[in-house]
Amino acid sequence: MNMPIRPILSALGHHKAGAVLIVLQIALTLAIVCNALFIISQRIEHVARPTGIDEAEILVVANEWIGKPPAERIDALMTTDLAILRQLPGVADAYASNATPLGGNGRAMGLNYTPDQVNATTRATVYFADEHALATLGVKLVAGRNFRADEIGRVTAHDALAPPAIIVSRELAAKMFPNASALGKQVYMYTTPSTIVGVVEKLQGSFVGGFADEWSERSLLVPHRLDAPNGYYVVRVRPGQLDAVAAMVAKALYAANGKRVIERVSGVQRFSEIRSTAYARDIGMAILMGVISVVLLAITAAGIVGLTSFWVGQRRRQIGVRRALGATRNDILGYFLTENLLISLGGVVLGVLLAISLNLWMVTHEEMARLSLAYLSIGVLTLLLLGQGAVLAPALRASRVSPVEATRSV
Amino acid sequence: MFGYYAQLGLRSLRRNPVLTALMVMAIGFGVAASMITYAVFRAISGDPMPWKSAQLFVPQVDNWGPQSHGPDNEPPDMLGYVDATALMNAHAAQRQVATYPISFPVQPADAAVTPFSVDGYATYADFFGMFEVPFRYGSGWSAADDQRHADSVVISSRLNDELFGGANSVGREIRLDDRSYRIVGVMQHWDPHPRFYDVANDNAFAAAADFYLPFTRAIDLKTETNGHSNCNGHAGIGWDGMLRGQCTWISLWVELPDAAALQNYRSFLQGYAAEQQRSGRFPWAPNIRLRNLTQWLDHEQVVPQESKVALLLGLGFLAVCLINTVGLLLAKFMRRASEIGVRRALGAARREIYLQFLVEAGAVGCAGGVLGLLLTGIGVLGVGLVFEPDIARLARLDLSLVGLTLLVAIGATLVAAFYPTWRAARVQPAWQLKAG
Repeated sequence: MNMPIRPILSALGHHKAGAVLIVLQIALTLAIVCNALFIISQRIEHVARPTGIDEAEILVVANEWIGKPPAERIDALMTTDLAILRQLPGVADAYASNATPLGGNGRAMGLNYTPDQVNATTRATVYFADEHALATLGVKLVAGRNFRADEIGRVTAHDALAPPAIIVSRELAAKMFPNASALGKQVYMYTTPSTIVGVVEKLQGSFVGGFADEWSERSLLVPHRLDAPNGYYVVRVRPGQLDAVAAMVAKALYAANGKRVIERVSGVQRFSEIRSTAYARDIGMAILMGVISVVLLAITAAGIVGLTSFWVGQRRRQIGVRRALGATRNDILGYFLTENLLISLGGVVLGVLLAISLNLWMVTHEEMARLSLAYLSIGVLTLLLLGQGAVLAPALRASRVSPVEATRSV
Repeated sequence: MFGYYAQLGLRSLRRNPVLTALMVMAIGFGVAASMITYAVFRAISGDPMPWKSAQLFVPQVDNWGPQSHGPDNEPPDMLGYVDATALMNAHAAQRQVATYPISFPVQPADAAVTPFSVDGYATYADFFGMFEVPFRYGSGWSAADDQRHADSVVISSRLNDELFGGANSVGREIRLDDRSYRIVGVMQHWDPHPRFYDVANDNAFAAAADFYLPFTRAIDLKTETNGHSNCNGHAGIGWDGMLRGQCTWISLWVELPDAAALQNYRSFLQGYAAEQQRSGRFPWAPNIRLRNLTQWLDHEQVVPQESKVALLLGLGFLAVCLINTVGLLLAKFMRRASEIGVRRALGAARREIYLQFLVEAGAVGCAGGVLGLLLTGIGVLGVGLVFEPDIARLARLDLSLVGLTLLVAIGATLVAAFYPTWRAARVQPAWQLKAG
């Protein structure tokens, strides 16, 4: 469509205020929607990170012994519990640990190459484990071996952690030993070295906060049982048995020993619940941004429809005159579409500037990442299309104005 | 005249129901978006004790040394046991409390009720006076109880309701983790938010704690912290290492009522750190901080990023809705240019035109406010979908938020109406009459 732009511009000059208002509205909407989309995508990326474990078949039981039994007693109690768990119908395997991926609490340690290194090379999540851990979690061993039953030691909460053997995530192996196989290498948590005997494909850490983002994939398993009053049993169920096992597991443990607390609500959790708790903030933020964007676009569209309808109403006589002088319906339609496009272009130019400034403000004040060009382009395209869509109905109405209107007074 | 204008306004609003509905919706949505995000922001960013926050301070002493910190050389945000108890025993402030979060299983007297876990704090006698904790029954324990490591406990009214049916339980026993404690006080509901005294453990918005017992007793029982314990280097082996080593896990608060007390305490703290350097315990220059409550909340970045960004976008949303309203009002008013022309020709002053159209806009604002209120109510109920439950439970629609919602809606609409009204009042009667 070949539309002369100059007459449209000069006509716009007669209703500057309305045009400026639409420009402003489009600009602000673009700035907000771009940033909102960007936040949504970042959150989704954060939530989509895999844990590396078979989430669908894992239950986690949080157990607390009453009365601070001595370590030997706790160890015996845990041995009994694990035997019960592994024999439960529907249970494939189980082990005891201090934490689970995404669980939110646990232990992070600095890893060193030498015992007297001042600043640790990286932090890593430490999971207490035994020879059942890999099978229970369903993580894939990509190098080396699993723990042997005779390697599993016992520690209490404040013992120095110096296991002779450890299994690390591939991410951690790559961080510590980027140029060589990590297998057989030694690392230090305290003053005694630990040898890496196995590497697993992926095992996410237990913390999801921003402070842990850098090392969230760097985890290690230690062949120790932690004899502490608080702990977790990680239980792997056979396919389709999740609900059945979840319903009876606490009862079976209470039957063996009642001097414990397994909270009614949060004591037995399916891994999906742990995941949704861990990411509640991210999901919530994404929903909020989504709702704001959709409603905002709707309101902007409504505003354009309203103002354009008014302009069409105001100009019925002029449209009639143009029609009487030979303009086709398409010419009238094109006129309003082009007019809107010009206004929208003004809006998106201003909007892109606003979007970038808003993002820069958030980068400096709220530790956000830089807005990528893709989101700007998506936003610009969305608003241009939105403008054209919104103007279509009033423009079609304008195109149906009959030439006879030219002879009528308003 | 006002009544007449109101009538005119209503008639005009009825004449263009679609345009009117659009405006009301724009204002309603805009106000609701900003009010919902504001309700959350207000709930979590406030000063929990505005009358006293300038007198409550958090001392920090660097027990890790400069090589463990970033360029700002910020000391750890909690203290180790050695420093916390040394500062407690010095009694250099009017009141001082060392606190750390703990969790115990409760064993109800009724054996049929299964034990459950409750969260609480190990703290000192001054806690209750310093933070002005309200009591339903009894009171806090005494400084003498701290001295003799007493089995005293203060419980929340919630726990009292659950265990004792709300009766006065002072003097009775409660079983916590297989030990008996004597209840000395039952709090009234007390849930300051943010929970300023425990933000270092990310408990700023956790549900109210259920019990408090003497710090000295908790340490005797080797009670582990239920919060963070940050250890530097190779410290902290065994429980003794936890106490003697350089793990930080205790929050200290002091009450300093005036500038002189603050000055004295600051030099005391500086002196304490210098003494540690002299004795060779910390071989680095004294590195201390002494922030008051509001500075502390700010430093710990208690208000989550989500909430700030949401508020910002909520306000942006309101701005878009207002610009939208300006446009629609302009369209609406200018469409009636001929009516204005007639009124002006018949002798109406500009002032009267102003009044007429502002009344009409006010009516739109009222309707938008009511819709906004409705949406805000729904939004505050649904805020749990978006914010963490701990934070969502704090956001509520109270009288002041209702008032603010209506005020913002009407105020914003009148501001938005100003330009369209000005344009309407400038209509030239002669031109309109001729054109008509």
